[in-house]
Amino acid sequence: MFDVLVKIFKTGCLTEKIPPPDKPVIELGLACQKEITRIFGKSMAIRMVDAGSCNGCELEIHALNNGFYDIERFGIHFVASPRHADLLLVTGPVARHMQAALKGTYDATPDPKLVIAMGDCGADGGEFGVSYASCGAVASVIPVDAIIRGCPPSPLQLLQGITELLRRR
Amino acid sequence: MISHAHLGWQCLSPDIDSLVLLINDAGIPTKAQNTLQGPAKVVAIDPGFWGKAAAVAAANRVRWCAVWGEHRPPEIRISAALAGRDGHLLLQTLVSDRQGELPSQTPFFPAANRPERYLQDMFGVRFFDHPDQRRWIRHQAWQEGQYPLLKTFPPAGTPQDMTPPDCRYQFIPVEGDGVYEIPVGPVHAGIIEPGHFRFQAMGEDILSLEEHLGYVHKGIEKCAEGRDVRGLVRLAGRVSGDSTVAHTWAACQACEAAVGITLPRRAVVIRAILAERERVANHLGDIGACCNDVGFPFAQAQCSRLRELWQRQNSAVFGHRLLMDVVIPGGVNRDLNVRQIDLLNKAIEQLRLELQDFLPLLYEYPSLQDRLRGTGVLSLKRARSLGVLGFLARASGECWDLRRDAPYAPYDDMVITVPHTLDGDASGRLRIRGDEILVSLDLLEEMLKKLPPGEVALEFPTVQRDCSGIGFVEGWRGEILAFVHLDATGSVSRYFPRDPSWLNWPALEAMMEGVIVPDFPLCNKSVNGSYSGHDL
Repeated sequence: MFDVLVKIFKTGCLTEKIPPPDKPVIELGLACQKEITRIFGKSMAIRMVDAGSCNGCELEIHALNNGFYDIERFGIHFVASPRHADLLLVTGPVARHMQAALKGTYDATPDPKLVIAMGDCGADGGEFGVSYASCGAVASVIPVDAIIRGCPPSPLQLLQGITELLRRR
Repeated sequence: MISHAHLGWQCLSPDIDSLVLLINDAGIPTKAQNTLQGPAKVVAIDPGFWGKAAAVAAANRVRWCAVWGEHRPPEIRISAALAGRDGHLLLQTLVSDRQGELPSQTPFFPAANRPERYLQDMFGVRFFDHPDQRRWIRHQAWQEGQYPLLKTFPPAGTPQDMTPPDCRYQFIPVEGDGVYEIPVGPVHAGIIEPGHFRFQAMGEDILSLEEHLGYVHKGIEKCAEGRDVRGLVRLAGRVSGDSTVAHTWAACQACEAAVGITLPRRAVVIRAILAERERVANHLGDIGACCNDVGFPFAQAQCSRLRELWQRQNSAVFGHRLLMDVVIPGGVNRDLNVRQIDLLNKAIEQLRLELQDFLPLLYEYPSLQDRLRGTGVLSLKRARSLGVLGFLARASGECWDLRRDAPYAPYDDMVITVPHTLDGDASGRLRIRGDEILVSLDLLEEMLKKLPPGEVALEFPTVQRDCSGIGFVEGWRGEILAFVHLDATGSVSRYFPRDPSWLNWPALEAMMEGVIVPDFPLCNKSVNGSYSGHDL
């Protein structure tokens, strides 16, 4: 136990300030003209849905919870159920075998809610496109409020994008 | 525990030439095939002997690796890969593309179960004595009687506007007083890929677990058809994002063997540097995640910190945090200068220092080990019969590593230490990952020190004739196999990536004896099969 405490003390606080991006990271849909901060108050609960990604996006989403990015300092945290969520973060080119599950998750999320399509696959099907097996863009299955492109987007881009959506830094 | 001596059970397997003779002695004629380039011997056999050949192999301690099909109208060529003491043997046979039938290899190799069912779903071939007649990868996106990998099936398919959920898969129930079912997924509670787990449980005890995968099937193999080699390699890098280097390397090996080029040594060494960096990053992430799943977030905080530093260096030196698109046909698209080599070396030293204190702390922390030890035990016997690969096999005592046992450049002139243990539990799987990180750090230092001068890439030649190749890479999860067939215009006619997860997923079901429901996330994480790599 003592060794653990010493290590924690020596590691110290790693959390970094997020610099503003060089160019816009997030493509905001029309629905995002409204004051999201006002609607969602001081915290945001995110339900992450992998709708067919290669898992690269998930690795970078995991990084959002590490000491450097610490997304929780903005009152943003990941939740286990869509019932508890304000925002759906969706990755992948929506494999057709996940289409109903994605729609079901969206329908189970109470209003008001937002959807971010993450990564090139989420934006337009990416490397996999539209086929017998994939629907393509997340927007072809559920309404999407914002897109963050990348393959995968870095945690910094994700953080910049999500906080831009909430207009909070 | 790091061991230097043991070669694993495959030292008792026959070498490939002897295996072919054993097959012949059983009354199965074989005909050598010369069209496939790459480190595998290829023989054709009659479809009627498909099962019997597997019986001979299984009786001789041979490991089953993969099966795949290729549509060559009016026939389908089926290839099965086996591993002997000194390398791989491919059995090939031909069946009709209209209701072709042949015996199953599953009665002799349980590992063939799902791959054969996958082949049935994608090609319409029937393994007539397969013990499990249920579909596997086909959910509701295409109809029974449609076969996506036939050349006559259009890439766009004929999908419905809304593909219905797959509620009709028949799970095997357990009957008795107090037995109930827990369905989990496809959407999982955390930040993780989707799949379905059906538990039969009584109280907290898991009586049995059945996986139902296929939720992230993206039609990668169909997607590959018609691409040029560059496009293929880009796609290969997204079969499983956490294994992007290993998959692209295997696909490149297959293409490069097909066209007959040998890469400059510097290029292959840099590929290996990338592959070892990928191994380190994933093992760091997994150690933290496993500990987090048993309520020890201190380890997650430390491992995610170390992984973040490692990935930032990937970005600074190689241009991508996950090293995507650095391996290209003909070599790599980045070179290393003296300053960068120095930076890489410093980071390796720093990581080794950190792990020197951190890993023993984890191995000896009582409340953590109380959760890990004895949880999810995969016995050596079970691991062998299932043909599991990589760290999962080595943590059960099955000590096989391509880099040492069937080496490819640049590992062919290096001494590779292969850590293994007989423990077979979650604690062992964690320890083996820690040991493999330390081995990789040593390998990285050695490669950086001895980086030969020269080019980092060759111009990939214009393909002028039909050719095919195969490649093998020891990815961080285990052995990856890639088969590529290019037509005379240089377009991909067939790409088959065999992720090690194909053979490791069944092990998760097998290790459920004595496991309680709350320990499942740990078991799942300690195996960490790729859903995307499996579903294609």
